[in-house]
Amino acid sequence: MITQAAAVRTKVLQRQGAAVALVLVVAVSWLVFPRFGSLDNLRDLALQGSFLAVIALGMTFVIITGGIDLSVGSLYALGGVLAAWGSQYGFLVALALPLLVCGAIGLVNGLLIARTNMAPFIVTLASLLFARGLLLAITDEGATTYQIAPDSAFVELGRGTVFGFGYPIFIAAVLCVLGGLVLNRTTFGQNVFATGGAEQSAILLGVPVAKTKIRVYTVSGTLAGLAGALTAAYLQSGVTVIGVGTELDAIAVVVIGGTLLTGGMGTVVGTVIGVGLIKVIQNVINQIGTLDSNYQSVVSGVFLLVVVVLQRTLRR
Amino acid sequence: MTLPATKTDTKTATRTAARTRWLQDNGVYVAVVALLLFNAVFTSNFLTLGNFRTQLVQAAPVLIVALGMALVIGTEGVDLSVGAVMALAAAIIPLYLGAGPLLAILMALVAGLTAGAFNGFLVAKVGIQPIVATLALLVGGRGLALVIADGQLVQLHDPAFLALGTDDLLGLPISVLIAALLAIAIAGLTNRTTFGRQLVAIGDNRKAATLAGLPVNRVLVGVYTLCGVLAAISGVLATSRLGASDPADMGLLMELSAITAVVVGGTPLTGGKVRVLGTVFGVILMQLVRATLIKHNLPDSIAQMIQAAIIVAAVYVARERR
Amino acid sequence: MPTETSAGPVIEVAGVTKTFAGVRALDDVDFALKRGEIHALVGENGAGKSTLIKVLTGIHTPDGGRVTRNGQISTIYQEVNLVPLMSVAANLFLGREPRTRFGLIDRTRRDADAAELLRGYGITADVTSPLGTLAVGEQQMVALARAVEADADVVIMDEPTSSLEPREVETLLEVVRKLHQEGITIIYVSHRMDELYRICDTVTVLRDGRNVHSGPLEELPRIELVSLMLGRSVGEIEKHGTTAFGEDHHADTRPVLEARGLTSTPRINGVDVSIRPGEVVGLAGLLGSGRTETAKAIIGALPLDHGTVFVAGKPVPRNVKAATRAGISMLAEDRKTEGIIPNLSVRENIVLAALPRLSRFGVISRSKQDRIVDTFVKRLRIKVSSPEQKVAELSGGNQQKVLLARWLCTEPRILLLDEPTRGIDVGAKAEVQALIDELAREGLAVLLISSELDELLDGADRLVVLRDGEVAGELEGAQLTREHVLKAIAAEVMDDAASHQNRHQNSHQNSR
Repeated sequence: MITQAAAVRTKVLQRQGAAVALVLVVAVSWLVFPRFGSLDNLRDLALQGSFLAVIALGMTFVIITGGIDLSVGSLYALGGVLAAWGSQYGFLVALALPLLVCGAIGLVNGLLIARTNMAPFIVTLASLLFARGLLLAITDEGATTYQIAPDSAFVELGRGTVFGFGYPIFIAAVLCVLGGLVLNRTTFGQNVFATGGAEQSAILLGVPVAKTKIRVYTVSGTLAGLAGALTAAYLQSGVTVIGVGTELDAIAVVVIGGTLLTGGMGTVVGTVIGVGLIKVIQNVINQIGTLDSNYQSVVSGVFLLVVVVLQRTLRR
Repeated sequence: MTLPATKTDTKTATRTAARTRWLQDNGVYVAVVALLLFNAVFTSNFLTLGNFRTQLVQAAPVLIVALGMALVIGTEGVDLSVGAVMALAAAIIPLYLGAGPLLAILMALVAGLTAGAFNGFLVAKVGIQPIVATLALLVGGRGLALVIADGQLVQLHDPAFLALGTDDLLGLPISVLIAALLAIAIAGLTNRTTFGRQLVAIGDNRKAATLAGLPVNRVLVGVYTLCGVLAAISGVLATSRLGASDPADMGLLMELSAITAVVVGGTPLTGGKVRVLGTVFGVILMQLVRATLIKHNLPDSIAQMIQAAIIVAAVYVARERR
Repeated sequence: MPTETSAGPVIEVAGVTKTFAGVRALDDVDFALKRGEIHALVGENGAGKSTLIKVLTGIHTPDGGRVTRNGQISTIYQEVNLVPLMSVAANLFLGREPRTRFGLIDRTRRDADAAELLRGYGITADVTSPLGTLAVGEQQMVALARAVEADADVVIMDEPTSSLEPREVETLLEVVRKLHQEGITIIYVSHRMDELYRICDTVTVLRDGRNVHSGPLEELPRIELVSLMLGRSVGEIEKHGTTAFGEDHHADTRPVLEARGLTSTPRINGVDVSIRPGEVVGLAGLLGSGRTETAKAIIGALPLDHGTVFVAGKPVPRNVKAATRAGISMLAEDRKTEGIIPNLSVRENIVLAALPRLSRFGVISRSKQDRIVDTFVKRLRIKVSSPEQKVAELSGGNQQKVLLARWLCTEPRILLLDEPTRGIDVGAKAEVQALIDELAREGLAVLLISSELDELLDGADRLVVLRDGEVAGELEGAQLTREHVLKAIAAEVMDDAASHQNRHQNSHQNSR
């Protein structure tokens, strides 16, 4: 009975903890900073969050299988550069190229992890390095920044708005809804949970564990590439220096959102809330002005720590 | 007819296994020698004292971190926070340098010790997976360092402190000498002390080690603490060589370099084995690879991709077959 | 009603042999499972039950012999093989979820179906909560329901009640009967005599990889069943019995170890054990009777609800380190996972527990080490090419001696030996047994756990018999006979055959 009570407590804290924190932070910010609630600021907040949300969506799947993907930061940057370079050949190339290349690197991650039993973190650390190298190779060692013609359709993808809200926000929202459906309402989603929850049991239950792993890393790579493409469209260029440490932000928001880093449990909604929480805090820190932006990573680290320790102690 | 076939299969399998094991054990030495020979023939100005000096000075901070990492990996753990700890050490130096270099160094080491002990506490007492426990400090540690330093790069002017990174002792750069001494000390610790043998036993079979009455928690906390202190030492030396406290860049991706060196050196990620000499050669190998690529005017991009390939290959060879 | 019993066997195994790394796990085993029966599969540890199950389900391919299957088999392991973090309903229907018109999983229907289905198994828990929040018994029931839902014809249940509360056991047996009525064939692996006789029709006894008996359970008295499991003919025992040491020189000494009221529900309940210096106390009982748990409780490796361990009259804190310091050492049953440190050398494995005493300021003295290792390698006759050989390369018997040496060099006063001769060859076995005698003669208090009754009768001065986690009797001197032990284990009075038959039949009628 004790374990049951603990489980319920865990559930509430994990499901609602981040949401409660988000509501509190938003409420306080609204009251303290008059500029926080302005429509402009909220639009900007949502737009900033949408890129991270797309990456974190893929990470959610990976982490639920009990894995980790450290390559997404590099893939994010690579995706942007590829999109910017590809934009000279039209909209389709600009969009497809980053998805295909980053998806392929994700696929290789998945194959290495699923077929050779190498640790996910070391495999994806290597591809972090590889993707960064590839990025440097196609930008003359980072010296060239490809520009996207301001009048191209691709730029519209990043800068177009509906009621002032940027397209990336809607793209991220649609993807997250789709992701939630896939996770909870399809066989693949159930396999993701089973793989991370108890791998050996999952195999005995007939779950295609290896195939599931290969797929989640491919999805994660593809989504990171897409986030890069959207960012490039928004910035109208393939910035080479972005994405350093983005994998850590993505992991942090996923875990803060209540997804177990040990796998087997997690929600897309939680991840979106995690993104919201981190972005709001970042926004507030920027508004305070006297605090520099480095506080943001400290806060992320502390949040991460609190969540992980809570997850661990409540599970006992 | 099946019997002889099976026999041959078994024989081939044993031979392959033996070859794999030999490669796991000696691959790094062979690779270093091969690379040295290659450079001796094809690279001009490679076999010069000055060049070796440069290579060693560049490798020293990585080696010091890798030594701690080897111990942690020996317990079937990993420490992702070493780069962040180096940044913390770098950020702390200018705060206390006014009171003399000794105090500044001491405070930096205390920071490393605290960070390491914290990691160890999370792993041993709270029971969090090492990769997760140290991730929090990786995310937050550098930010904290930047907050401490106010996001600034600070030029350092204390001559005694700077001497640490630039001067020689007994004809060797001080940082190289320190790294060598630490390598010897860690080798002694691993092979000749109770702590070292307990550490390896815990990494090899934790359940059996617990039942044998070994102080598992104490050893784990000790290992992570030591790793934190070594990372701080590395941060101090690198800062002194740079002549500036630069928490934004100090030790960036160091966790990757250190893990790579350890794994390339033949210490398996599955724990139960610490190869100190292998780790030293792992660091040297990665340094030589980088140097070779640079000397042959291969761009950084290619260098990074080749390093990625080496990491995957090394882990692939070193992985335990299930 | 199961009317198709007349049809051929669902599974038939003929002359099956399976060898692992030179050890024969199954030796020419015949086994036939009739449609609709509940078939008890019994045997001690290492008798070959799990191997047989894996051969039946096709996980292992036998080296020789024939396996014929005429139905869908599903296995329910003791450790429930489901996903604890997923919801009960998700586990139940994983891979077979009901769909909506759009091909998505219909969660509403899935949950409703699950709740409905589980009600039939007496489970009313919230099907949307994680499976892990259910009690073990309920989890097992979910696994059972899943197997039946997947149209299994044969369900293999491996020690299903070993971690259940009595009330949960009743529910489980009820469900097993219901499945039986629905015509499902069941292989029931258990050591609980009561359960076996209540629900099973047929029994197969495995020992040392051989099928030593197959037949209707009704016709087999409990005591004979236990005797079949524990092995060897009566004649052989009598011959051995005479060699047991007759001297009883410990009666006047005070016990060095006293364990009182050790309780860790549901595994052990109020176990008392005391051992005097120089005495070998045997812990007898079937697998799952709480033998290993008692030893683990004494060394402090099992969390206890109640109970205290005293060494020389002083209570010992409940952790391994304190117990070790007090002079208790335990040779664990599972050498591979709880004993050897495979990548370390023989030398390092031997000195592991004694390291602090062999070092000054944490630096190990190599010469002291070598001296100790040398002494023990000679004394225990450990066959190694050199002390630097990896312990993983040694034979089982030599690994066991290395572990024994590890504990002996900590100079313990009390030695707990859990199945010390399991899985080692005959020669090494005799050597280890002789060694145990020798150690006791030198004044060590020894607790000996063994599945082999002969080994206990042979080696122990006194026997504590456990049954279902409780002490069922203590035997000493003239009582140290096979008969007495079997009686205590089987929990029945031998000469009261009539009452036995009676109870037996009653229970069987209940099961129908």
